[in-house]
Amino acid sequence: MALDKPYGDIPGTTVFDADMARLGFHANQFCMSLMKSENRQRFLADERAYLDEWPMAEEQKRAFLDRDYNRLLELGVNVYYFGKLFFTDGISFEKGAASMTGMTQEAYRAMMISGGRRPEDDVRLASADRPRSPRHRLGQGADAPAERRDRRG
Amino acid sequence: MRPPNGATAVARVTAGVTMSHVPAIGAASDLGKAGDGYWQPLFAGFEFSRRWIAQRKPDVIFLVYNDHATAFDLNLIPTFAIGCGDEYEIADEGWGPRPVPKVVGAPDLAWYIRQAVIQEDFDLTAVSNVAVDHGLTVPLTLMFDRPDAWPVLVVPFAVNVIVYPPPSARRCFELGKAIRRAIDSFEADLDVQVWGTGGMSHQLQGPRAGFINQEFDARFLDALVEDPEHLCQLSLLDYMRQAGSEGVELVMWLIMRGALNDQVTELHRHYHVPASNTAVGHLILENR
Repeated sequence: MALDKPYGDIPGTTVFDADMARLGFHANQFCMSLMKSENRQRFLADERAYLDEWPMAEEQKRAFLDRDYNRLLELGVNVYYFGKLFFTDGISFEKGAASMTGMTQEAYRAMMISGGRRPEDDVRLASADRPRSPRHRLGQGADAPAERRDRRG
Repeated sequence: MRPPNGATAVARVTAGVTMSHVPAIGAASDLGKAGDGYWQPLFAGFEFSRRWIAQRKPDVIFLVYNDHATAFDLNLIPTFAIGCGDEYEIADEGWGPRPVPKVVGAPDLAWYIRQAVIQEDFDLTAVSNVAVDHGLTVPLTLMFDRPDAWPVLVVPFAVNVIVYPPPSARRCFELGKAIRRAIDSFEADLDVQVWGTGGMSHQLQGPRAGFINQEFDARFLDALVEDPEHLCQLSLLDYMRQAGSEGVELVMWLIMRGALNDQVTELHRHYHVPASNTAVGHLILENR
């Protein structure tokens, strides 16, 4: 029996559920490694080489390199985890959040000071939602993390 | 309520407190910016609270919070974790530990609660050597400002609200009742406050980031005081839809409410938007 997932239609939102945790396990644990100063320095010195130490998909590495946070959400990385990347880059959570909305930090801050994004905005967001990438794409073919290929034989 | 002479004293739940635990609030306090224009209205709402707790200082705070991928990551995801350690270090969340005192535990009470509520079918995870992040330290800052040492013992109680699903509102409320029964039967002359932290409406992720629902927050505050049963009937989906994906943290406030009497007196309420990305709410409730 499939899991009940009644939350898929909240606009502009990715719920970090079982599929996301499975898909993003190693990518999230990479983020955790950035809690240590020496790892932050190693990552910033050669991002590609540091990412290659982690058994994650090429798409996930690309999204980290591009700092494409909305893509990271789709690929199973939770905001509290890639938040470690904000700190590594020396940007505030506010700036990171703003970038996911397509707003400048200044415009986002002004929105928050005037009371935040209103619930009525859900209607606009729903019409702007792009279809989610099929989750099975990751983990097939050359992009597959080695660990996952091995386990599935 | 003291027992008659000769009887053994038991612990008492005297009050419940709720507040948000936004990390930027901690940074504002640590950097001496609490009086700045952006932060002053938020901290002003805690002036009453700091006077109140100085007069009604508990011995122990049972502090419900969530860890933010700090002590727990995807390697270990306890739904409910009770801190049973002697003390807790302040976590380095990526920019160095907050310059606040270490947190001293109440292990006798914590181990006792663990056993009592597991016997009531709430399966807690016991943790001892664990660093505490802003989820726990920002509430202490809001209530006690910047002391050399925290004036209370703390039982940290961490709830998973990051990896779906968090425990339901109903489950949290019933757990709070079980925790209350445990505290009420603990043989020690202790005043205990139960704090519920996190929320209120906010969303940190995706195109919907910045979501705030002031109408929902106001209804939630009213219902938490007068009709918590109504809040138990809301699903996790209701919370995410109406309070934002990270606003689901509000289920933690139901643990606090479950630990209080059915009838409570609202001593103080404060609400402010924004603290960074979040609506900040704060209540002080005393048992009636």
